[in-house]
Amino acid sequence: MAYLQSMATRANSFTGKKGRLPYLLLAPGLVWLFTFFVLPIINLAGTSTQTPVPGGDTGQYVQTFRFANYIDAFNASREQFARSFIYATLATLLALAIAYPLAYAIAFRSGKFKNLLLVLVIAPFFTSFLLRTVAWKQILGESGFVVPTLRALHIIGPQTTLTASALAVVTGMTYNFLPFMTLPLYASLERIDPRTLEASNDLYANAFTTFRKVTFPLSMPGVVAGTLLTFIPAAGDYVNAAILGNPNTTMLGNVIDSRFFRIVDYPTAAALSFMLMAAILILVTLYIRKSGTDELV
Amino acid sequence: MTTKDPLSPQIHEIVRAQLSRRGFIAGVGGVGAVGLLAACGSKTKTAAETAAGAGGTVRWANWTLYLDYDTKTKKYPTLEAFQKASGITVSYKEDINDNDEFYGKVQGQLKLGQDIGYDIVTLTDWMAGRWIRLGYTQKLDIANLPNKVNILDKLSTVGFDNGRNNSLTWQTGFAGFGWNKEKLPGGIHSLDQLFAPANKGKVEVLSEMRDTMGIIMQYQGVDIESGFTEAQFMNAIDFLQKKISDGFIRKVAGNSYKEDLISGDALAVIGWSGDVFQLASENDGKFDFAIPESGGTLWSDNMMIPSTSKNKVNAEKVMNYYYEPAVAAQVAAYVNYICPVKGAQAEMEKIDPKLAASPYIFPTTETLNSVKVFRSLTPAEETTFSTAFQKATGN
Repeated sequence: MAYLQSMATRANSFTGKKGRLPYLLLAPGLVWLFTFFVLPIINLAGTSTQTPVPGGDTGQYVQTFRFANYIDAFNASREQFARSFIYATLATLLALAIAYPLAYAIAFRSGKFKNLLLVLVIAPFFTSFLLRTVAWKQILGESGFVVPTLRALHIIGPQTTLTASALAVVTGMTYNFLPFMTLPLYASLERIDPRTLEASNDLYANAFTTFRKVTFPLSMPGVVAGTLLTFIPAAGDYVNAAILGNPNTTMLGNVIDSRFFRIVDYPTAAALSFMLMAAILILVTLYIRKSGTDELV
Repeated sequence: MTTKDPLSPQIHEIVRAQLSRRGFIAGVGGVGAVGLLAACGSKTKTAAETAAGAGGTVRWANWTLYLDYDTKTKKYPTLEAFQKASGITVSYKEDINDNDEFYGKVQGQLKLGQDIGYDIVTLTDWMAGRWIRLGYTQKLDIANLPNKVNILDKLSTVGFDNGRNNSLTWQTGFAGFGWNKEKLPGGIHSLDQLFAPANKGKVEVLSEMRDTMGIIMQYQGVDIESGFTEAQFMNAIDFLQKKISDGFIRKVAGNSYKEDLISGDALAVIGWSGDVFQLASENDGKFDFAIPESGGTLWSDNMMIPSTSKNKVNAEKVMNYYYEPAVAAQVAAYVNYICPVKGAQAEMEKIDPKLAASPYIFPTTETLNSVKVFRSLTPAEETTFSTAFQKATGN
C-alpha cells in the first residue's frame, strides 16, 4: 500500500512537472508573440477607430471609437478587396498546378538528384524577393526577349505589353510563392509509403486510379498547407501589384500602403489591415473545415 | 542618375509602392495658412549651440544621387574638400527616398525630443512647411551663414518660411514632360500630345500629387498658385481618373519612371527636369524634357536643422559652404537641377559653358514665368486632396 502511494505521489510529481514543462517550452514563443504580435494588434485596433483632431495637423488623430471607419474603409476599397482575393486565388491554383507535378517528380522520380532539385526549389530565396520581382519586370518588359519574340511570332500585337497588367501580377505572385507550395507538397508526397502504391497496383488500379484514390488523398496535408502558405501571403501582397501592375490592378496591400504613407490616414489603414486579416482568417477556417484535414495540418 | 547602382532607386521605389520624390514650394507665391504659422519657428537651443564645438560630426540626410559624386573614388568631391578645409566630419547619407516615409520614420522621436540621427535634413517644400510649423526645426543663425545672401531672389522668402529663418533651399526643379526622342520625334509639349492615342499604355505620371495635378490643372486653365477651389481640383482628378481607366497611364510612379523610359516600357512621362537631363546625358541624348505649354510646376528641397540636433553650428557651416557659388556650380553640374545660388552661373562657365546656358539649371525670367508653384494646402485640404488623388490612381 505504502509502495502504491509512493508510486502515486511520484506519478503526480511527474505529471506536475509535465504540466509545467510545456508552458516553459512555450514561454519564449508566447512572450515573442505577445510583444510583437498581440501588442501591435491591440495598438492597431486602437488606431482603427480614431478620427482626426479637429483643426489638427496632418497625421494627428484622437480616439473617438468611431467604428464606422470600418464601413467607410470597406466602401472606399471594395474593388481592391475583390482583386486581392481573386488574384490570390488564381495565383494559388496556378502554383498548385505547377508545383504538384514538380513535387511529385522530386519525391518519386528524381533518384540521386533529389537533394539538388530541392536546393534548386529553394535557390530563389538566396536573392531578395524585390530583386526577383524587378527581374520579372525586365524579362517581361520591352527590353526583355519575351515581348519581341512573341511579337515576331504574331502571338501578341505590336501594341500589346506583358507588364503593367493583371496577368503579370498573377504570374509574379505565382512565381514568388511557388516554393511555399512545392515544399509542403514534397514533404507529404515523400512520406507516402511506396507499399501503398504497390498495393494499389496489385489490386489492379491503373496509374490514374492509384493517383486519385491513394496518392492524392495521402498528399492532402501538403495540398492544404501549400495552398494556405501561398494564399495568405498572396492576398496581402502588394509588391507584385506595385511592380508588375498598373493603376487598375492595385490590391488591398497597395491601398494600405498609400493610406499609411501617402495620405497619413492611419485609422483607415488600420481598419483595412484588420478587415484583410479577418477575411483571410474566415476563408482559411472555412477552407480547412471543408477540406476536412484539420487534424492533419 | 543610375550610374552608381541602377537598381537601388527602383527597389526603394517598390518598398513604398509609389515613391514620390519631391513636391513644391508651399508658397513662393506666399499664400496660405502655412505662412502665418511659419513665424512660430522653433525653440533655439543655446546649450546645444555652445556644445557644438569644432569636432562634432554633421549627419546629413539627403535624397539619392543629389550631390556631386565621383564614381572612381566613390567620394563626394565637394564634401571632401569641405572636410579637408574645415576639419569638420560630415556623414552624408542618402536616406531620404520619400518625404512621407522619412517623416513617418522620425516623427516619433521628434515629438519626444530624442535625437533622430541627423543634423541636416533635406525635405520638399510642403513637408518642410510641416516641420517648421510643428516646431521640429531650429532657427538658423545668420552670423554662421554669410553666404545666405546668395540665395536667388525668388527663393529668398517663401510661404512656409518667411525670410528663410529655418530653411535654405538645396535644389529646385521643374516638373514637366519627358519623352523618348527616337519614338516621339515631335516631342511632347501639351497634355493632348502626352495622351495621344499612339501613346496609350506607355505614359507614366508622377506619384507626387502636386506635380501631376499641378500640370493637369494648369492645362484646365486653373491657377495653381492662388486659391483654387476644391471643385477645380476634383475636375482635374476626373481628368486623371479617365486617363487611367481608359488605359493610357501605365504607372503612377516616383523615381521608377526613369528605368521605364530606358527600357522603352514608357515613352512619355510627367517627370522631373534634372532626372530627364541626367538620363539623356547617360543615353546619348535619347530623351528630352520640356515644360508644358500650359505651364509646368516648380518645387524645391530644403535643408533644415532638426530641433533634436546638437550640432547646429557645424551644420550651418556645411550649409554655408554649399552657398558658395563655385561649390554650388560644381553640384549643379552633376545633379542638373536648378541651382538656387546667385553667382553660380558665372562659375559654371568655367566648368561647362553649355550647362551655364541651360535654362533648366539657370532659368531665365521667361522660363520661370512658364512654371507655377502649387499653393500651400491646409491640413484638411491635404487629406482630402491626397485621398482623392490616391483613389484616382488605384489606391
